[in-house]
Amino acid sequence: MLQALDASPYLSVERVLSTRDGEAAMIAGRVRGMLVVRDDFSQHLSRPALWPAQAQLVVNATDPNTARILEGYVAGALQVWLSGQQHERRLTATGDVDLEYRDWFNPELRSADFIVPGIIAMVMTMAGTLLTASGVSREWEHGTMESMLASPARMSELILARIVCNFALGIGSMIMSVLIAITVFGVPFRGGFLALTAAVSLFLMFALGLGLFISTLARNQFVASQLAFITTMMPAMMLSGMLFDIAAMPHWLRIVTYLVPARYLVSILQTLFLAGDVWPVIVPNLAGLAVAAAVTLTATLLVTRRRLD
Amino acid sequence: MLRRVLALILKELAGLWKDPKTRLVIIVPPIVQVVLFAYAASYDVTNVPLGIWNEDAGTQATELVRRFTASPAFRTAGSFDASEAARRALDAKTVAAVLHVPQDFSADVLAGRTAKAQLLLDARRSNSALMAQSYAAAIVATFAQDLHPTPMLPVILLTRDWFNPTLESTWFILPGLVCILPMIMALLISALSLARERELGTFEQLLVTPLRPAEILIGKALPGIIVGLIDANIVIAAALLWFRLPFLGSVVMLQAMLVLYMMTGVGIGLVLSSFSRTQQQAILGMFVFASPMIVLSGFAAPIENMPPMVELLSRADPVRYMLVVARGLFLQDMPNAVVLSQAWPMALIAATSLTVSGFAARRVLG
Repeated sequence: MLQALDASPYLSVERVLSTRDGEAAMIAGRVRGMLVVRDDFSQHLSRPALWPAQAQLVVNATDPNTARILEGYVAGALQVWLSGQQHERRLTATGDVDLEYRDWFNPELRSADFIVPGIIAMVMTMAGTLLTASGVSREWEHGTMESMLASPARMSELILARIVCNFALGIGSMIMSVLIAITVFGVPFRGGFLALTAAVSLFLMFALGLGLFISTLARNQFVASQLAFITTMMPAMMLSGMLFDIAAMPHWLRIVTYLVPARYLVSILQTLFLAGDVWPVIVPNLAGLAVAAAVTLTATLLVTRRRLD
Repeated sequence: MLRRVLALILKELAGLWKDPKTRLVIIVPPIVQVVLFAYAASYDVTNVPLGIWNEDAGTQATELVRRFTASPAFRTAGSFDASEAARRALDAKTVAAVLHVPQDFSADVLAGRTAKAQLLLDARRSNSALMAQSYAAAIVATFAQDLHPTPMLPVILLTRDWFNPTLESTWFILPGLVCILPMIMALLISALSLARERELGTFEQLLVTPLRPAEILIGKALPGIIVGLIDANIVIAAALLWFRLPFLGSVVMLQAMLVLYMMTGVGIGLVLSSFSRTQQQAILGMFVFASPMIVLSGFAAPIENMPPMVELLSRADPVRYMLVVARGLFLQDMPNAVVLSQAWPMALIAATSLTVSGFAARRVLG
């Protein structure tokens, strides 16, 4: 039986002599789980009257995800071994049910293929919000904002200049990240550049608007960058569906995720990279991004106008 | 010397505390993030929208479909009669999986042949697809078992999930947040500290005070450690009081490890700070370091699954060691020897980064 476990490509087996050793190895993190086979196992197995023979699988469930997957692998390896045994003992297996899986869009279930689009969304967040927020609050902190305001340029022109500049920067880093994703990580890109540019542009408008909004509120680079981190980076990682499935979240939190524009971007990017131009997915998400952009840009205009009075 | 350092620490803390907005971004975010993210971070897959594409009118096929729809893992979100329709629904994400039962399924079951069914999955989210697969496999296995209740399995495998018997995702994520949220705070505070003085030109003023370079560095390091520890304890309190996590290890040990851990964060932050001329450079540098530190730590994906090169890189990541300690002390009552085996890499990182920042700062101060 242990040979069957050794043969599984997903498991690496280490033998211990007692459950106490196994427990220590598990706490130290050297093994993720242990299979306890008592010395009377073979004896039970060889005599049908003593069936079933019992084995115990103890799993370190600190990480429930890995625990569940490990349980699946061990059960699978045992199953393979058992059917081999049955074959040897000429137990006829009657009609089984076979479920075949077809994993569309990502047949090898490569994590990189779905993480990379999420990481691009995080980079966009940084280029947009973090740089803008710290850039403008820096002007306030240094007092150079006043001298800019005293110049003949109007407030809207100042904002526009900022937006254009950081927008170009954001598009530049988008092109770079997509190229890296395709060439270095070998992620396929099956969509069109039109949809990609539209999505990223709208997201950048939102991110820039938020950055400006934060900086007019904060006027201090520490507060501004901390706020930028909290409002964009962390939600982009945790609530956008990049790492964790939105469908599995509690209902109230699923509603909260609609307020995280990164959610729309991640959804579009995953579709563009792995599936193609699927307009029924892209259009509603673009609409979400457009609303987010409109909200932050208007809020920024209102706040800066009030601040000047 | 002690008085002078103390004065500088008080000055730094006052600088953080006097501004109400700064006070707010130190205290409120950890609480909000803990609550939001602890609920968000679930690997459980429930309510997978399932499409049914059943070409077989027989009772066996109907029974198989019924078992899928009755399972809490899946909910029916449409039924199709052609491959094209199923494909379109998967594309548009109206369903995440489609169960395809071909025409001869029931006939095969009744004839004792191996009956074939197919599950089409949207693998844009590979993790969820994998989970949905294993749920489907379990459903089909019981279905097959019930069809032929012969004692085909002479072996019973009993599974016991230690340390987290009900497989709660929050038990796994919260000790991770104890590590990550304070780390971001400590990095940010220390990365900005020297850079701010330099950018505003107050660095020269600091130099003409009687403080020696080492004292300046200590004065800059401690506020980050203190604020980080406060944040860590806010998260710990939330984990224990709100989420009712067990805490089996030693509290003193956890706090001691957190101090060491915060020293690594502050060390890295100060290195960044002493190499940056402006706060913006420091912020960007911090971002460049913080994201891989989180991703490589094992916070979300197990380190064993990383490619060897990346695994090697993760050994320089202090978050990796603290995660083992935090999870171990919360859930496993980890023995001190194991905790200490994680402590020395952190001590090494802290010593290295603090020394480097010392040299770098002296170069600037010199």
